[in-house]
Amino acid sequence: MVAGRPSADIDHAAIYAGAIDCDLHPALPGMQVLLPYLDDYWREMVSVRALDRLNLTLTSYPQNAPLSCRPDWKPEGTAKPGASLEAMQSHVLDRYQPRFGILNCLYGAQVMHSEDMAAVFCRATNDWIRDEWLSRDPRLRASIVIPAHNTELAVAEIERRADDPRFVQVLMLVSGEVTLGRRQLWPIYQAAERLGLPIGVHAGSAYRYAPTAVGWPSYYVEDYVAQSSAFENQLQSLISEGVFAKFPGLKLVAIESGLTWLSGFIWRADKTWKGVRAEVPWVTRAPSEIIRDHVRFTVQPIDAPDELAALMRLIEHLESDELFLFSTDYPHWQFDGDDALPTGLSETVRRKILCGNALATYPRLAWANSAMEVNA
Amino acid sequence: MSTLELDRGRPAEAKLRVIDCDIHPAMNAWTEVHPYLAKKWIEHLTVYGSHLRHAFSEALTHPRMSPDAARVDAYPDEGGPPGSSLALMRSQHLDPNGVAFGMLIPLRWNPGSQRNLDFGVALTLAMNTWQVERWVKNEPRLRASILIAQEDTVGSVAEIEARASDPNFTQILLLPRTDEPLGRRRYWPIFEAAERNNLPIAVHVGGTNGHSSTGGGWPSYYMEEHHAVAETMQSVLSSLVFEGVFERFPGLRVVIMEGGLGWIPSFSARMDKHWSRLRSEVPHLKRSPSEYIREHVWFTTQPMEEPGRASQLIDLFDRIGWDRLLFSTDYPHWDFDDPRHAFKAPLSEAQRAQLLYGNAQAFYGID
Amino acid sequence: MARHVVATVDDIAPGQRKLVHVQGRDIGIFNVGGEFFAIANRCPHEGASLCKGRVVGLVESSEPGSYQLSRPGEMVRCPWHGWEFDLRTGKSWCDPLRTKVRAFDLKVEEGAALVEETLLRTFPVSIERQYVVIEV
Repeated sequence: MVAGRPSADIDHAAIYAGAIDCDLHPALPGMQVLLPYLDDYWREMVSVRALDRLNLTLTSYPQNAPLSCRPDWKPEGTAKPGASLEAMQSHVLDRYQPRFGILNCLYGAQVMHSEDMAAVFCRATNDWIRDEWLSRDPRLRASIVIPAHNTELAVAEIERRADDPRFVQVLMLVSGEVTLGRRQLWPIYQAAERLGLPIGVHAGSAYRYAPTAVGWPSYYVEDYVAQSSAFENQLQSLISEGVFAKFPGLKLVAIESGLTWLSGFIWRADKTWKGVRAEVPWVTRAPSEIIRDHVRFTVQPIDAPDELAALMRLIEHLESDELFLFSTDYPHWQFDGDDALPTGLSETVRRKILCGNALATYPRLAWANSAMEVNA
Repeated sequence: MSTLELDRGRPAEAKLRVIDCDIHPAMNAWTEVHPYLAKKWIEHLTVYGSHLRHAFSEALTHPRMSPDAARVDAYPDEGGPPGSSLALMRSQHLDPNGVAFGMLIPLRWNPGSQRNLDFGVALTLAMNTWQVERWVKNEPRLRASILIAQEDTVGSVAEIEARASDPNFTQILLLPRTDEPLGRRRYWPIFEAAERNNLPIAVHVGGTNGHSSTGGGWPSYYMEEHHAVAETMQSVLSSLVFEGVFERFPGLRVVIMEGGLGWIPSFSARMDKHWSRLRSEVPHLKRSPSEYIREHVWFTTQPMEEPGRASQLIDLFDRIGWDRLLFSTDYPHWDFDDPRHAFKAPLSEAQRAQLLYGNAQAFYGID
Repeated sequence: MARHVVATVDDIAPGQRKLVHVQGRDIGIFNVGGEFFAIANRCPHEGASLCKGRVVGLVESSEPGSYQLSRPGEMVRCPWHGWEFDLRTGKSWCDPLRTKVRAFDLKVEEGAALVEETLLRTFPVSIERQYVVIEV
């Protein structure tokens, strides 16, 4: 029921109907929800070591920081933002009526140093997402959470989800244990390419290193701002190491990256390439061309005071309107009201950003429909 | 997009007048600095040498694509590395490129990165004197930078004070890859001394601090390492702003050197956007990050950006602010910018004069 | 268009190059294993002298981690930013359509044939030698 809301309010929200929201964050209420998915040993460890009393909030997203949850999306009491499906439905899914929403779960398990522990809890997290989210709302899709620091275990987890078309992407953090282009990660990319899964690189760090080349900043705002720099570095790694040459079918989605850094990035990367090409001769095209073919970017946040001008400028600089994917980044506080996308875009561009570009990026979104019909 | 062509539109007689804010002088041999080092440090330098936070004591761990990271045509006939010959610097660069003033940025040994702090301080003293004796005294167009070993703030401040009244020096030089981000309070005595002596701080690419070049690990290739320079400068700027350095030192001026330009508007906007959400964490900031940047930070132009269209370059300059840009060539390095051809966009004579000369004239207080 | 004698073949040893000035143009003459090529000397990027650049082979790759070097000595790297130009065509490797220098028609000719020809030259020609002739 929408009684009591002014019609202009409803109209604005209605412009998102049928969109694909490419960045939603479900939160685990606590480790206890993973217990049903653990074997005896791990259940015992959780109990004996009180692992479930560990607060696995990521340093990248302090739970109560303003960015982590928009004030009007805050849950009652001590509940975690994003922990409630009902809240997500009320705040974004039922309000904006997307066709699909892609869940990117940022839970601390993926950055545990112990590879086995990380793998077990990633698996349990994916099981939990399947049962408590995907199976309860047919609009939802999810990224596969993986222990990226052990590629064998990561690939095993990807393979495990391959037959469930509701898993549409592989999730990695932008700052992990090695630069993202490194060959030791390639089994992950190989599996993803084979299975039609884009790699979703999300803002966030495992903090294996200082977050910047100049050391450890004092403040959280500096760490968060540094995420766009991290995306630049890791994109340059992926291009330089030849990931897209090796895996021509691979798509990569930069999630919550800030977006406007992309212009300066391609200018510098293209110019550098012309001078140092012989070092990396498998980079046979300018980085900007590689990006146009292989890399996509979720729109929230748009780092600019004038978001419409910023998007139009990016489209001009990148010579493509196919790179940007609608996202709310729920429950992170990136926009106010219903301003998830600036008004003023042409109808063509708006439809591409809201829906078309994501459909082209995530082939499994189309599979899911037919598969679910068959299995019903 | 049109074919890349040299700009032949300007009459040959149009005289260039340039302030080059980034010239790298080099030594013929490392013994050149010995006259300015105490005997014990000559001994130390010879026996133990450079001691840095990376695998090689002398070499770069990401070898460059050009020897000495230099223009292939910058080797003096008489021998020595690029940048070591004043005669060649004059004939190849200062004279034909109309350089009225050139700011020296010596990089050898990264004194600020030396793990042995006393050694680092000794090197800065020696190299500061070397700049004057070897270069500035022999070529009135050149000016020196005060090298400091920033991890030893006491030694740094002493050296700043020792050189501050010497007009041969126009600025204090820091390399960004420091133990901690440069905005951190441990470095504030340096900013205090800079502000008190009305000397700008130049932050020029370089340094080895043991931190990986990215927050997600070490890059494999020079193609990545060269790119990461831009992100490194972003991080320095972020630190200076968010730590409140410009709030605490309202007279401080900083020039970011060789970090590229394309990222400046987007990064400033990103700082503003997320500061507006998270400002309760940094209550010492009284103004937005972009305001601090507009008032306190300048940028050298090399390596010049080359967007797809000339209009995009003009748009970039509009958004950074035409008055923020200080021309530099980076002579004799490989990615040198020629003042005639670096700007791939039509500029008016006034704009050209501003970029090539006027902004630096104002910044350095040159008559 | 006119033909110009710019060098004897002995002037430029294999692997070497010579800068000549013809009709107001700076032109680089390169000897690649006995084959000669002429390209405009000024790099279209920022005006560096290509004659001062390193002559190199063509680096290609079939996949990451593999490196193939072919066409030894047929590319010149601009002495400044290292942009690679094909000596046979004058085209840059990275952007052959839009970043290129002019490649001039070049022939190696016997002095005996040239002695009789009326062509613009400041170059003395004798019938015993061979000459590099370019059309500008």
